Amino acid sequence: MSDTELAFVRHDQIPEAPPPPSERGAIKWVRENLFSNVTNSVLTILSIISIYYLATFVVPWIMNGVWNTSSLAECRDILQGAKGGCFSVLSERWNQLLYGFKYPNDQYWRPTLAFLLLFAAAAPVMFFDLPRKLLIFTGLYPFIAYWLIWGGTILSPIFALLGFVAGYLVYARYVKNSFFIGLFGGIFAAFVAWYIGGKIVELLNIQNPTLEAVPSRDMGGFMLNMILGTVCVSLSVPLGILLALGRQSDMPVIRWICVIFIEFIRGVPLITLLFVANVVLAFFLPPGTTFDLILRVIIMITMFSAAYIAEVIRGGLAALPKGQYEAGDSLGLDYAQSMRLIILPQALKISIPGIVNVAVGLFKDTTLVSVISMFDLVGMIRGPILGAAKWNGVYWELLGFAAILFFVVCFGISQYSQWLERRLATDHR
Amino acid sequence: MATLTDPPSSGFRLSKLIYDTRYRSYTFQFIALMALVALIGYLGSNLMQNLRAAGLNISYEFLGEPSGYDINQRPIEYDSQSSHMRASIVGILNTLIVAFLACVTATVFGVLAGVLRLSHNWIVSKLMAVYVEAFRNVPVLIWILIIFSIMTVSLPGPRSFRGEEATSSMLFDAFAFTNRGVYTPKPEFTNPIFTSGALNWLLVLAVLVASWYGARAIGRWATRVQEATGVRPTTWYLTLGVWFVPLIALMMIMGLTWVYPELKGFNFRGGIQIRGSLIALWFALAIYTGAFIAENVRAGIQAVSKGQTEAAASLGLRPGRIMNLVILPQALRVIIPPLISQYLNITKNSSLAIAVGYMDVTGTLGGITLNQTGRAIETVLLLMLFYLVISLSISAVMNVYNNSIKLRER
Repeated sequence: MSDTELAFVRHDQIPEAPPPPSERGAIKWVRENLFSNVTNSVLTILSIISIYYLATFVVPWIMNGVWNTSSLAECRDILQGAKGGCFSVLSERWNQLLYGFKYPNDQYWRPTLAFLLLFAAAAPVMFFDLPRKLLIFTGLYPFIAYWLIWGGTILSPIFALLGFVAGYLVYARYVKNSFFIGLFGGIFAAFVAWYIGGKIVELLNIQNPTLEAVPSRDMGGFMLNMILGTVCVSLSVPLGILLALGRQSDMPVIRWICVIFIEFIRGVPLITLLFVANVVLAFFLPPGTTFDLILRVIIMITMFSAAYIAEVIRGGLAALPKGQYEAGDSLGLDYAQSMRLIILPQALKISIPGIVNVAVGLFKDTTLVSVISMFDLVGMIRGPILGAAKWNGVYWELLGFAAILFFVVCFGISQYSQWLERRLATDHR
Repeated sequence: MATLTDPPSSGFRLSKLIYDTRYRSYTFQFIALMALVALIGYLGSNLMQNLRAAGLNISYEFLGEPSGYDINQRPIEYDSQSSHMRASIVGILNTLIVAFLACVTATVFGVLAGVLRLSHNWIVSKLMAVYVEAFRNVPVLIWILIIFSIMTVSLPGPRSFRGEEATSSMLFDAFAFTNRGVYTPKPEFTNPIFTSGALNWLLVLAVLVASWYGARAIGRWATRVQEATGVRPTTWYLTLGVWFVPLIALMMIMGLTWVYPELKGFNFRGGIQIRGSLIALWFALAIYTGAFIAENVRAGIQAVSKGQTEAAASLGLRPGRIMNLVILPQALRVIIPPLISQYLNITKNSSLAIAVGYMDVTGTLGGITLNQTGRAIETVLLLMLFYLVISLSISAVMNVYNNSIKLRER
């Protein structure tokens, strides 16, 4: 036997053995994520039990749901005591839930169209990749939407628009000399145009406008929440920017006016401000003027959210390095220029998530108007619908519907804000 | 803005008020002040004219007049002959009660959900994510109404607890969940030291505070011994004793008994009745705000860098101590300021009580008193003043706290 002779040499590699069953696939995942130790196992089992109990309540309730009866009694007859939801209240009162109970039935297409156009108007603001020309439609949208929802003569929104155009033309002509002359000149021109336009509308006094005029007090349902939410958010952002700049200002008088306004508004609940709109504000208006409630509520909610947005933007202004302010000064820009061109673009970018948070909160808070007996979605549910003999007692279906509607909108907005945050992140992390 | 131009040698000209940056700010402030004064004057004169036209005046005399309405939850003595002032104070106390309860419960919910959302357990963290998103994105008013309907519609009436074939029964024979509220046993002293009930409870509180100081003293003594000798003495039985011996002794002396609620006639008597409106408001605020607090807690824990945990572990600390001595002190610095502003939100949102008929200050002063006396301006002003005082004092506390925990650098 020579030394080189070996008993056995394997020439090819053994195929890899698969990992043991407990270390792969679903079993491994379950072990690691659900049953890694005693506490985790207990938590997992508790969670599964609670999900199961929830499901035994909710699933039959939804599956047995009745969608097409005309009253609660009929619905209970069909269910025969079985567990199930009477969703027929939603199908029967659908229009009331969305538009309130006074909006003319044959005109529902108008707010619906305004709602659909809202997406077209909001798109170029929300997504920067879209062609910038679309912003023209965004600028026109408030006038179109006003005309669609409130109706009446088309001349009023046209003259309102012309006022803005006149203001802008004067501003563009004089802003090269001085920002403030341009600004105040523009505001003055706009007011002159509105005054003349108002007189013309009064003189013509059109009797049968294309779209039937609907008074503000007939607005209701989810439409009212949408109107209040969109109008107040879009008005409060510019106001909030002004308040934030005022609070950061070097001029003590202006700073203190802004500080007192902001802290006062932030210190009181929205309900008290709605009380002000409802019962107090009328005392401070010139005698004999009537102001509809929806407008008073818009004023108070706008002030409310402007104070919160101002604090968010102040955070953004404070987060900018001091060098940015000094750079603006050293380039020889005046206050308005350095704010417009250097400071605000950066500060607003930092503040966007906060502003969106305030906007979501504000949209949720529009339900509070039901407390001062306006018939928004919650007001419709608590008032005319639950109050009707036919549907007295259908709580879960209605409140659940309202909850889901708000959830969809608010969750959508917050997802958009997270996407925007990632999109705007220019630092490399 | 920094302006480094040489001052022109010529004297003062009127145009400098606009063109010279040194004087321009005075011009603006003057204009702003004048505009403000003009606005206030305009609103004030409108107010005067409107009040005169309506034959009203501004007066707070109504506060002393009998209110003429009943309040169903009275922390202090009150009946319909008491003044509007007293009705407002009852309302304020009710606001503070529900705000306090909701703050405590929201903190518990929020901390639990925030910690569990970071758990490695997939199902638990997903459940918590669902909880947070579901409650944050739906208006609190809807949650209040949902829980209120659970309390008033789904729970059985006191009638179903009656008779041989009762469809509902009391939990442990002590708690009854009815559509008129939840009834719980009520502690009472058979042999009280003071005649007034509140003083007895203050005494209990004083004993608890004294025990807390005692427990802290024991902890400090243990630390001193540890620093001197290197061995920490066992103190848990001492601490337990300090907490419980005086309390139990006091309870024995005063003769603590529990009064159980009993079904008498058409309703339960005895015990404490917690109304459905209070429970709805309390839990809705707690669950809703708890979802926000959960996000704050999660952010606070994630803000502590992983290196801190690893450094503490490499020093040889055990996991419990790492949490207590290293992670929590740093996380709390991030968590507490937003937590306090959530407490502020709870207090302000408690004004939604008016939607379920809980008689807080918005329901008494801003609701029935306003409607009965018609003094809109005065009542709304007082209401705002109350909330303003609460918010400003909470923010003052927060500022003091923020200054005390500020990182001291160099």
